[in-house]
Amino acid sequence: MPVLEGKELRIVGFLCNWCSYGGADTAGVGRFAQPTDLRIIKLPCTGRVNPLFVVRAFLNGADGVLVSGCHPGDCHYTAGNYYARRRLEVLRELLDVMGINPERFHYTWVSASEGQKWKQVVSDFTARIHALGPAATFTGCPAVTGQIGAAVEIGGIGETGETGMKAAG
Amino acid sequence: MTQHTQELRKLIAQELPNLDVVLAWTHGHNSLTSTPLFITTQEDLEKLDSGPMHVQNLAAYLPSLKGRKVGIVTRGCDSRTIIELLQEKLIERKNITIFGISCSGAVNIRAVRRAVNGESVRSVQADGDSITVTTNHGTHTLRMQDVLMDKCYTCTNQTPIIHDHMVIAQTADHVPGDAPQTTLDALDSMEPGERFAFWEEHMDRCIRCYACRNACPLCVCKDSCVAQSRDPHWLDQSDTPREKLMFQAIHALHSAGRCTECGECERACPMGIPVLAMKQALNRRIKHLFDYQAGMDAQSTPPLFMFRQQEENIKERDAR
Repeated sequence: MPVLEGKELRIVGFLCNWCSYGGADTAGVGRFAQPTDLRIIKLPCTGRVNPLFVVRAFLNGADGVLVSGCHPGDCHYTAGNYYARRRLEVLRELLDVMGINPERFHYTWVSASEGQKWKQVVSDFTARIHALGPAATFTGCPAVTGQIGAAVEIGGIGETGETGMKAAG
Repeated sequence: MTQHTQELRKLIAQELPNLDVVLAWTHGHNSLTSTPLFITTQEDLEKLDSGPMHVQNLAAYLPSLKGRKVGIVTRGCDSRTIIELLQEKLIERKNITIFGISCSGAVNIRAVRRAVNGESVRSVQADGDSITVTTNHGTHTLRMQDVLMDKCYTCTNQTPIIHDHMVIAQTADHVPGDAPQTTLDALDSMEPGERFAFWEEHMDRCIRCYACRNACPLCVCKDSCVAQSRDPHWLDQSDTPREKLMFQAIHALHSAGRCTECGECERACPMGIPVLAMKQALNRRIKHLFDYQAGMDAQSTPPLFMFRQQEENIKERDAR
């Protein structure tokens, strides 16, 4: 069993190869102490971040997801992070609609030289996720049905008339 | 037959010789249901019907008929689908003849069944503001505004945005007075945790038939849908709310900035899962962020296909 079992949460980080991954490296070289909850996945660019990566991460049990790339204007591929910014904003709303607290998701820009900033981002975001606690998981439905009562009514269907209707038609 | 329908038949009869097929509606297996009608001859035209019970978005058939001369009967919401398809070059304007009708709302069959407590329906008569349903147990008179489809309560286009022929413009408001609470309103009033439970409950019923995808006029990947791809393997085969909700997220994001809220996904769902609300909520945010609505202008660029260096409505956030 890992030493930190129960103390750590699962935070997934999608980092661009050119800036933020370098920034994380700089933070490491500078020996800045950071929380260890974050698991980093390196991508060529934030433009490569399919918003569904983030949804999949949450549904597979992540407690937080962090996306970080080059500052707007500094993208290695000129415009990847501009597209990413739009997609990730739309994603925030989708998470909210799905019932995943959008506070669990954060995207930011950190350049390769900003080791100190990277440390700050990781520390702040980890602290935020710890304040929110572990993410909700699916509970198995019968328990849920009792809890939400009226809300379920909306989509609930009374299909009992179906057979009779066909006969009548 | 209403005057509307007579006018419509007359218009189509004039154009029919120049067209391969005209897409319209006819009555279904009973008076509560409707089915699409493919008109190629004058005899077919006799079956044509239109009104609040005729709910399918016929524009969904257009991409598969690309290259042929097609006429289509179109309401306001369907015209937005046509514009979106034109924008994505999935259809050609010169091959399409649009018979516009002004819509006073489409009836949600589920809402009617719920309102009559699931009794067996014998006949349905729509009459302006009300709808009279005769069942085996008696007659129910329902207010039209209580039994419309969810999309009608947020509708801003009763009249088609583009059309070649127009049948008598109708100006009456299609939701007079107070509207009932829609799924979107219900979602708005929930805490995130409640919403998660809401989706878990609904997704638990999902049978993964993908009717929502197949009915969607803008789901254009056909056999290449990521839901059935092994590489990348986005979804596994397990029967869990997790995989089903993941699919809804895929559908919502793939149609983000493109969805015209025609509601076919929700209408097609055999389990009555309110999947439209997810897209409505996403569209609302897109409208706020990028001041853009899908299906309004065939010349515009969808918001996720472009960017601005300075985004007016996107603010830097703090990690704290």
